[in-house]
Amino acid sequence: MALTEQDISRLARLSGLRLDSNDQSRAHQELNRILGLIEELQAVDTTGIEPMAHPLAAHQPIALRLRDDAADPAQSAEQRDACLQNAPAAHQGLFLVPTVIE
Amino acid sequence: MTQLSEFHSIPALGEALRARRVSAAELAADALRAARAHSDANVFLHIDDELTLAQAREADQALADGRAGPLTGIPIAHKDLFVTRGWRTTAASRMLADYVSPFDATVVDRLRQAGAVSLGKLSCDEFAMGSANENSAFGPVRNPWDAERIPGGSSGGSAAAVASGLVLGATGTDTGGSVRQPAAYCGVSGIKPTYGTVSRYGIIAYASSLDQAGPLARSARDLVPLLDAMSGFDPQDSTSLESCDGRSNAAGRIQADFDAAQAAFQAAGDLPLKGLRIGVPREFFNEGLAADVGAAIESALKVFESLGASRVDVSLPRTRLSIPAYYVIAPAEASSNLSRYDGVRYGHRAAQYTDLADMTSRSRSEGFGEEVRRRILVGTYVLSHGYYDAYYLQAQRVRRMIVDDFQQALSRDCDVIMGPVTPSTARRIGDNRQDPIADWLGDIYTLGVSLAGLPGMSIPCGFGGDSGKLPIGLQIVGRYFDEGRLLALADRYQQATDWHQRTPEHA
Repeated sequence: MALTEQDISRLARLSGLRLDSNDQSRAHQELNRILGLIEELQAVDTTGIEPMAHPLAAHQPIALRLRDDAADPAQSAEQRDACLQNAPAAHQGLFLVPTVIE
Repeated sequence: MTQLSEFHSIPALGEALRARRVSAAELAADALRAARAHSDANVFLHIDDELTLAQAREADQALADGRAGPLTGIPIAHKDLFVTRGWRTTAASRMLADYVSPFDATVVDRLRQAGAVSLGKLSCDEFAMGSANENSAFGPVRNPWDAERIPGGSSGGSAAAVASGLVLGATGTDTGGSVRQPAAYCGVSGIKPTYGTVSRYGIIAYASSLDQAGPLARSARDLVPLLDAMSGFDPQDSTSLESCDGRSNAAGRIQADFDAAQAAFQAAGDLPLKGLRIGVPREFFNEGLAADVGAAIESALKVFESLGASRVDVSLPRTRLSIPAYYVIAPAEASSNLSRYDGVRYGHRAAQYTDLADMTSRSRSEGFGEEVRRRILVGTYVLSHGYYDAYYLQAQRVRRMIVDDFQQALSRDCDVIMGPVTPSTARRIGDNRQDPIADWLGDIYTLGVSLAGLPGMSIPCGFGGDSGKLPIGLQIVGRYFDEGRLLALADRYQQATDWHQRTPEHA
């Protein structure tokens, strides 16, 4: 089932990507080729097979480990500033973004 | 004057350092000079003399205090996928061109604690997506054996740095073959350990159910202290394993297993590998395998047989399916992982935009290279409504079938699997520019091992190509947590051969 130009526009939007018309037609061609490649999976009979998310799941039980949802008192203003150093725009300890709500 | 190139192994250099015949600071200064002199190969993305020399002085202090371990003062470098304090961390992407991490990756921290001295950051494919190191936003890396050829990828800078003698060890990451394939193309040794044994904390995420870090070095023997120091449970990584078949996942495990295997080989006398069954998957020797690679693998297997091992024919019937399964699962995870690059908290932000959504999409399109955008689009597609079941879940089901094939072979038929790493030797830079999918097909022998999370390594086993000067790698795959034994097997082979001692200058 081949993708249409419209499908590519929708995928680009979902992916948070802007494609110009050149990119768009190349992506269209390439994605249809890639779909041809991954289409091979459809021919496999996987009846009764559980999807595998963790590669060692067949070897040993895998428990999802979660940390406590607790504030870390060690977090200091210096650490906050260190993190904000990589922000494209920051002001008084906050990330700046374009206006979202008028 | 100290010359790093005088030392061909980590133990030899370690001994000279501990005997105080050389100092870590002299060695580091020398290595930095060599790295700069070598800049046309485009191996390093960031070098900072002060940061390196500070680590070297700490190493000299540890040596003076008698606190030195096997890696104290040893010059290494990190793939630019590992975040580092001080050095920039770019993942070879425009997106992160100026990013400086506020913390060190666990692997970086552990190697530093072990005394290794970092020379800086090594080039790779952008966000580790690629098999040629051509997807770096900062230009391709050149193969030390032939500057017109690719070093492989995605850990291409790591493999090239070791092959050129600029470092004695380097970190890499392997999601679908990214340690093993460049190791093979550059004639060095590299290992991808069992998924979950090395922490992913601070490794820029590509495909989290596959990403695993591993070292590259000149020989299996040099890989032992590196992997041993890198390994161990880390509460900061949610998929880090606390134990390995009942044993603690901690530093010392790899070394102990290596030593135990060595002792057993020693005790066996003239035929140290007697009783070892090497499974050779028939699907790895199909029409796609180049004759020179096939011949080198055959010769390597004969060496193992001469050491007492026996060879058994095994089947991994779903080898071909590992390509579509991987190229659904990895892009799916990548599209999710890379959604964090939104131009808000860190990374590239477009100069011109209208609103928040426009800012994000412009920033991402400017910041990501072609291959990254391609994989994000594929991943978004296979995860989208209506296709999730047909592609993503189907790929995860096929993944389990592929894993079962390996399990069956390794539990019933053989003790270890051997075969080629790549279908051919390194291609020329630029050759697949018109056909970006062609490289994907070349990953056929490494993807299954990644999907299964099994330990796998590559060691040099010969040369091929038209010039006869391009390295060929032998892949060795073990059972879960078998890293120490794999390294000992590879070491036996390297005691009997000298492929790993060849360097590009004497090709």
